[in-house]
Amino acid sequence: RQKSNLLQRWNVPIKLQMSRQVASSGVPGGRGDSSVFVLIVGLSTLGAGAYVSRKVASDDILYSLGLGHLPCCVCSKLSNLSPAAPGARPEVPSHVPFLLIGGGTAAFAAARSIRARDPGARVLIVSEDPALPYMRPPLSKELWFSDDPNVTETLRFKQWNGKERSIYFQPPSFYVPVRDLPFVENGGVAVLCGKKVVHMDVRGNIVKLSDGTQISYDKCLIATGGSPRNLPAIERAGKDVQQRLTLFRKIEDFKSLEKISREVKSITIIGGGFLGSELACALGRRARTRGLEVIQLFPENGNMGKVLPEYLSNWTTEKVRREGVNVMPNAVVKSVSVCGNRLMIKLKDGRKVETDHIVAAVGLEPNVELAKSAGLEVDSDFGGFRVNAELQARSNIWVAGDAACFYDIKLGRRRVEHHDHAVVSGRLAGENMTGAAKPYWHQSMFWSDLGPNVGYEAIGLVDSSLPTVGVFAKATAKDTPKSATEQSGTGIRSESETEAEASEVHISPSFSPMPQVPKQGEDYGKGVIFYLRDKVVVGIVLWNIFNRMPIARKIIKDGEEHDDLNEVAKLFNIHEE
Amino acid sequence: MTPPVSAFSELLLVVSYMVGKDRIIFATKEDHETPSSAELVADDPDDPYEEQGLILPNGDINWNCPCLGGMASGPCGEQFKSAFSCFHYSTEEIKGSDCVDQFRAMQECMQKYPDLYPQEDENEEKEKSSKDLEATPMEASAAKEEKGSS
Repeated sequence: RQKSNLLQRWNVPIKLQMSRQVASSGVPGGRGDSSVFVLIVGLSTLGAGAYVSRKVASDDILYSLGLGHLPCCVCSKLSNLSPAAPGARPEVPSHVPFLLIGGGTAAFAAARSIRARDPGARVLIVSEDPALPYMRPPLSKELWFSDDPNVTETLRFKQWNGKERSIYFQPPSFYVPVRDLPFVENGGVAVLCGKKVVHMDVRGNIVKLSDGTQISYDKCLIATGGSPRNLPAIERAGKDVQQRLTLFRKIEDFKSLEKISREVKSITIIGGGFLGSELACALGRRARTRGLEVIQLFPENGNMGKVLPEYLSNWTTEKVRREGVNVMPNAVVKSVSVCGNRLMIKLKDGRKVETDHIVAAVGLEPNVELAKSAGLEVDSDFGGFRVNAELQARSNIWVAGDAACFYDIKLGRRRVEHHDHAVVSGRLAGENMTGAAKPYWHQSMFWSDLGPNVGYEAIGLVDSSLPTVGVFAKATAKDTPKSATEQSGTGIRSESETEAEASEVHISPSFSPMPQVPKQGEDYGKGVIFYLRDKVVVGIVLWNIFNRMPIARKIIKDGEEHDDLNEVAKLFNIHEE
Repeated sequence: MTPPVSAFSELLLVVSYMVGKDRIIFATKEDHETPSSAELVADDPDDPYEEQGLILPNGDINWNCPCLGGMASGPCGEQFKSAFSCFHYSTEEIKGSDCVDQFRAMQECMQKYPDLYPQEDENEEKEKSSKDLEATPMEASAAKEEKGSS
């Protein structure tokens, strides 16, 4: 090939117009895909094949296009990947410039951000988890709806557009072996897994691991996340009960629950929030096909009772029931005991529930053990490490993700336990660790699907104790999560644009949708719900309408007082077909 | 804190009532077709609190742009940045013609990591390149919405 011919094909149409909407997290698929089409053509004169990358907001799309089998993303295998190293290299470097404590979504987002901004940066992730960094949302959603019988091994799921992806952010080849991190030419990200940081010396800038290893650092991120809470009633109950309990958070919990769901006759989920309701719906689907009894019980009046206004929470509860779940609201657990070969749950109001296995989804306790040795402040209202608006706890120490109680310059001090927040805050921490000094201003979003007919996205302070104004239109069959993805043609309904490989892909279960039963005045098919503090909108839920996150984000960012929220609702075009 | 009840003439188009502290409004399509009187703050192009796209206001490349995914941060990140920077700042008549070495280095690096950077077949690549140059439905709708918002 002629050189000039090749170069003519180097076409980099970049959507500069997208700069406003690009990279805002969580704008669903067709809308803000922030496409950058980069055509990079290798030199055929070298005899090398041409490489074309059509980047749709993520190299992870490349990864998901990757054909053939990928090696299992088990962290411990990484140490075997480097060839027999010279005897001189220690297994773990004694010093790293960037140390990230925790190997989840926030840490991965930070690692990526640091690498993007600091050429040749050397980043070490130290994770208790034996797995490489992965995303959690599919563990309670997509993975349950996969048709692949090996899904518990592959941890891959198919998107609507037929393309598969893994829950892992990157395959093992992305990472540098830990012992090579100080030496590899252009730096990289290494993951030291199955190790816990147990002590932090903030003045000496050194941490100590569970096995006694010491690592010094220049900059450190704490992204330790949280651990699932348990009910005191269950903790008291003894080993026999504990053996029949799942505290759901990690890959191994998914694997174990998936197996159990095939073996037992009855599973009870305690907790009515996001995780509990999603798992209930996921298991409810199996209830149909396998005769599994699925019970969900919680103290509130309805599903998502702390998030959605009561009328909507009630409506959602009915939907969850239609997914095959026996929902028991207003249920407070008094005691749990083993009865024969089954469990007996006694509620405070006297009701009894007999079941085989319990899944507790009753909240997350932020992992702040390091606060003591590090001398870091723990927030008494929200829990978590207290950090400033730039996510900084002290010089050289930042905190991101579930464990960070931070100052949001728009909405005040808060702690957020959602996936997109982990991405956004991790990314920001990475930027600030490389000198950006930016405050947290970019609102993260979250979403949930409860079956094929109820889906919503939300942003800001979505707290049902706030006064709300909900504006609804009548739903048509076109407004479900399933149809939203089909229409946009990408299958990616909700994508965090900040880190698309850290993004969530939505699949609603593919069984036939429930017939819509519209009741005049009570059909909350689609609409927008505003959460108010004084007259200012501080939170928005997009109810069964999609691709509108940018306008929602804008309204919260403006922080204006609005007298008539129906007028604001008009901006969302809720009637659009 | 609650919005005023709609004027009588609009009562037919909007139904609004309270359930405790929560207001519920059912609005018809006709009602929402009238222009909104809600005021939005004008966008400031120099707003430091807006996400930046691929190119920063000062002309530099934003390597942290989510649109790049992991290209700038992976094992071939440096080679990618080098090649793309060269291309971006190239003032040659054929843009990037002075960057052949950098692209070659990037290519060589990427070949070492086939699961991160899958290699395409040449024939497939021809097809794909022509598709990529066309606006996709996604882009078209995104562009449409851009005009609509702000």
